[in-house]
Amino acid sequence: MTSPSAESADPSPLDGAPRRRSRWLAAAAVVGGALLLAGCKVPNFGEYPGATTQGRTENHLWQLFFIAGLVVGGFVFLLILWAIFRYRRKSEEMPRQTQYHTLLEVVYTVVPIIIVLVLFVFTVLAENNVDATPARPAATITVNAFQWGWEFEYPGAPGSGCANPSSPTANQNRCVKVIGQTTQDPTMVIPTGSEVQINLRSLDVLHGFYVPEFNFSRYASPGYTTSFDFNALHTGDFRGQCTQLCGLYHSLMFFNVKVVTRGQFTVWLHTEQAAVEANPSHNPKLPSGVNGGAANTNSPSNNQGGDLSGD
Amino acid sequence: MTDVTDVTDVTDVLAPPAPGHDVELPQTHLPAGTGGGHLDEPHGHGHEDHGPTGILKWLTSTDHKVIGLSYMITSIVLFYFAGIMALFIRLQLTTPHSSLLTFGQYNELFTMHGSLMLYLFAGPFAFGGLANYVVPLQIGAPDMAFPRLNALSYWLYLTGSITMLLGFLVAGGAASFGWVAYAPLSSAASSPGIGGDVWIMALVLTGFSAIFTGVNLVATIFYLRAPGMTMFRMPIFTWNMLVTGILILIAFPVLTGALVMLFCDRHFGTHIFTVTGCHLVNGAPYSGCGSPLLWQNLFWFFGHPEVYILALPFFGIVTEVLPVFSRKPVFGYKGMVFATMAIAALSTGVWAHHMFTTGAVLLPFFSFLSLLIAVPTGIKFFNWIGTMWGGQLVFTTPMLFCIGFLLAFLMGGVTGIMLASPPIDFATHDTYFVVAHFHQVLVGTAVFAGFAGFYYWYPKMFGRMLNDTLGKWHFWLLFVGFWLTFMPQYIVGLKGMPRRVASYPTDLGWQIYNELSTIGAFIIAVSFAIMLWNLWQSWRKPIPAGNNPWDAHTLEWFTTSPPPHHNYTHLPPIRSERPTWDYNHPDALAVPHGVVAEAAAHARKKEPVA
Repeated sequence: MTSPSAESADPSPLDGAPRRRSRWLAAAAVVGGALLLAGCKVPNFGEYPGATTQGRTENHLWQLFFIAGLVVGGFVFLLILWAIFRYRRKSEEMPRQTQYHTLLEVVYTVVPIIIVLVLFVFTVLAENNVDATPARPAATITVNAFQWGWEFEYPGAPGSGCANPSSPTANQNRCVKVIGQTTQDPTMVIPTGSEVQINLRSLDVLHGFYVPEFNFSRYASPGYTTSFDFNALHTGDFRGQCTQLCGLYHSLMFFNVKVVTRGQFTVWLHTEQAAVEANPSHNPKLPSGVNGGAANTNSPSNNQGGDLSGD
Repeated sequence: MTDVTDVTDVTDVLAPPAPGHDVELPQTHLPAGTGGGHLDEPHGHGHEDHGPTGILKWLTSTDHKVIGLSYMITSIVLFYFAGIMALFIRLQLTTPHSSLLTFGQYNELFTMHGSLMLYLFAGPFAFGGLANYVVPLQIGAPDMAFPRLNALSYWLYLTGSITMLLGFLVAGGAASFGWVAYAPLSSAASSPGIGGDVWIMALVLTGFSAIFTGVNLVATIFYLRAPGMTMFRMPIFTWNMLVTGILILIAFPVLTGALVMLFCDRHFGTHIFTVTGCHLVNGAPYSGCGSPLLWQNLFWFFGHPEVYILALPFFGIVTEVLPVFSRKPVFGYKGMVFATMAIAALSTGVWAHHMFTTGAVLLPFFSFLSLLIAVPTGIKFFNWIGTMWGGQLVFTTPMLFCIGFLLAFLMGGVTGIMLASPPIDFATHDTYFVVAHFHQVLVGTAVFAGFAGFYYWYPKMFGRMLNDTLGKWHFWLLFVGFWLTFMPQYIVGLKGMPRRVASYPTDLGWQIYNELSTIGAFIIAVSFAIMLWNLWQSWRKPIPAGNNPWDAHTLEWFTTSPPPHHNYTHLPPIRSERPTWDYNHPDALAVPHGVVAEAAAHARKKEPVA
C-alpha cells in the first residue's frame, strides 16, 4: 500500500552511499598511515607542531584525527546539504514512505565501528609514547603548584641529601628551588635531547600544568604526585599557564619553560647546587649567556635572562 | 501488505466528555485532509471546568500540561538570565585586560552561567517542560502517572532555581568554583562564604525534582499507554524520554549524594574530598586523607550521563520534526531506538574521559568507550539524513532549527571524537577548544533542537501559531551568531587560551578571535530578542493554529489545541508509530518492515525522477 508516486521519489541514494563511504574510509586509512610516516609535511591544522617528542607524537595523532574528521564530517555534511537542496518540496506529491533498508543500516553501523577501531589503535600507540616514563631520566624536576604560582625543584649537590625533591626523606634545604614572584613568572629550565621527568603535585587546590607548545597538560592535584616526561627537541623559550580553575587569580598563573642544551643545563645545575650548598637561601639565576630563541617569547611578564627569585 | 484495518474505527478509551459548555476551538485553516481527527464534535473543554482559574490554577494544578508550561516558562526565563551573563563574560574577554568585571565577579558569572544553563535550563526545559507536556499526549494518556509528585517536582525546581539565584545576594557573592565545583577549591577553606552553600542546596532541591520527574516519566510510559500503543509504536521522542528518565535515576542520586558529602566537608568537619587537616609528608598523603579525585569521579559519574540526559530529549525532538516536514516516516525507527539505548548504556562508562589529564585513570578503557559512542550517534545521523532523503522537505521554522542542530551537532561531534583520544585531550584540555566543543554540542541540542521543539509544539500548547517570518529571522541570526561565536574559540584554544580566565596576555594574538566571538554572541542575543517579539505578537494578535497545522504524525496532533483537560475524548486506531498520519493519509502508510527486497529492488532500478 504505497503511494502512487513512490517509484519516482528516490533515484537510488541507497546503494551508492555505502560504497562511497568505504572508499572514503580506505582513503582516510591510507592518508592516516602516510601521515604517521611523514607527518611533518602535513599541515598542523592550527595546532603547535610540538616542541617535544611527546608533543610531536600528539601532533601527528591530531593530524590523523583532523583528516579523518574532515573526511567523515565532510561526507556527512555533503549528505545533509544534498538532502536539503535536492528534496525541497516541489509538489504535493506523496513521497515514498520508506522506513527501513537493512543493508544500508548494517553498513552505517559497521563502517563507523571500523573507523573507531582504527582511531583507537593509533590513539593507544600515541598514548603509550606520550605517557612513557623511562626508569632513568636525565633529569628529575619536582613541580609544586600553589595558589597562584609555581615552584620548580631540582636535586641538590651529590651528598646533600636531596637526590630527589619529591622524596619524603629529601633534605629540602639543600634542593635547588626556583619560584616566581608577583612581578616575575618562574622559569623551569630543562635540557634538550634527553628525557626529563616531571613529578607534579599541588600544595592546595587543583591546578593545570599546561605548556601549549608542548601539546601537553596535566592536573596538579593535592593528595598524589603524577609523573610524566618531556624530551625537548630543540632549545627555546616557551610559555606555560594554569588551565584548571584555581580561584581568584587563576588568570595570572603563568610560568616559562627554558630549554637549553644538555651541557648548558649541567653547568647551570652544578653552579646552582654549589650556590645552595654555600647559602641555603640562594636565589637561582637563569643559565648565563644562553639565548634559547627569543622568537618564542610571548608572555609580557616573561623574565628573559633576568634574575629568578627563589626561597 | 499492511496491517492497518478499518481506519474509521474510532476507539473510545475514555469516559464520555463531562457535561459543560464547549469551548469554541479555532479550527484548522489548512486544506482538507491535513487536519487532525475530523471528529464530529470535538468535545474539548479547558481545565477551567476542573478547578480554579487564573493564578490559582497555576499554583495548584496537577495537570501535566499546566506543570509542563510552568516548567518551560521558568526554564526559558532562566535561559535568558544565563544568556545575559554570557554577554557580560564575552564583553569582559573582548579586550585582554578589561576592567568591566573583577576577577571575582567574572568567576561568579561563569559559574552561574554554566549552572543555570546546564542544571536549570537544558534539563528542566526538556524533561520537565516539553516531556511533561508532550509525553502523556503522545501515548494517549490523560496525565502523568503521579500528578501530585509531578507538581512537587516543579515546585522543588522553582525553589531550587530561586535559591541558586539568591547566591548573588549573599555576603561574599555567588558560588565561584565553576559549575563542576572541583574539590578542594569548593571546600570551606578555599571557597568560604554562603554562596557555595546556597549553590549546593539549590542543586539538592533541583536534583530531587529531577529524580521525581524521572520516576514519573518512566512510570507513565510503562503503564499509561493507550490501547494499541505498543512499545515499538511509541514516537521516538517518547522513547528518548523513557531512556532519559532511566538515566536520570542512574545519575542524579549520585550527584545529590556527592553534594551532601561536599556540604559535610564544608560544615561538619569531614574531609571526604579534601586533604587539609590530614597528615601530609611533602604534599603526599600520609594518613587520614580524603581524596579530591573522588569528587571528580562522583561528579562525572553523574556528569556524563547528564550530558546525554541533556542530549537525548533533543535528539527526540529532531526525530519528531524531521519526518513531519519531510512527509516521511522516521528512517530506521528500530535502529534509532537501539542506538538511543546504546548511547545510554555507554554513557555510564565514559565519565573518566573528563579526567584524562589527572594521570590517575585507565586511559585506553575510557578512550575506547568514548570513541564507541560515535557509532550509535552516527547511526542517528544517518537515520535523520535517511528520513529527509527522498522526502518533500518544507522549511518551516522548526525544520530550520533542526537543520541548524544537525550542522552544529556534526561539528561538536567530530571535535568530540578528537577529545576522546587522550593525547589530543592532553593538548586541548581546559582550553577554549573544549569550550567551543561543548558549546557546539549543547547549543546544538538544547538551543537549536530545543527551540525547534518549542516552535513545533507551540501551536499545540496555545492553539495559535508563531509568526514564521520572525521565526526565520530568529533562526538565521542564531545560526550566523552561533558559528561566529564558537569557531574562533576552537582556533584560540589551539593557540593555548585556557578556559575560565578573565584576562589574557596582550601579545599572543588572541584578541581578534575573542572580538569575533563577542560579536557572534551579541548576534545570538538579537535573535532571542526577536523570539520575545514573536511571542508578544502571538499573544497580541493570535493566528489560530487548528488541531494539526503541520500535518504531523503522532497522537498529540489528533486532539484539540490546546488539548482538553484529560487530553482526549477520542483516539484514532493506533496501528503504527504514526496514528494521526495513518488516520489522515490511509493511502500513504509506511512501507512495512520486512519489505526490504522490494525496497532494495526499487532502489536499484534508478528510475529517473518523474
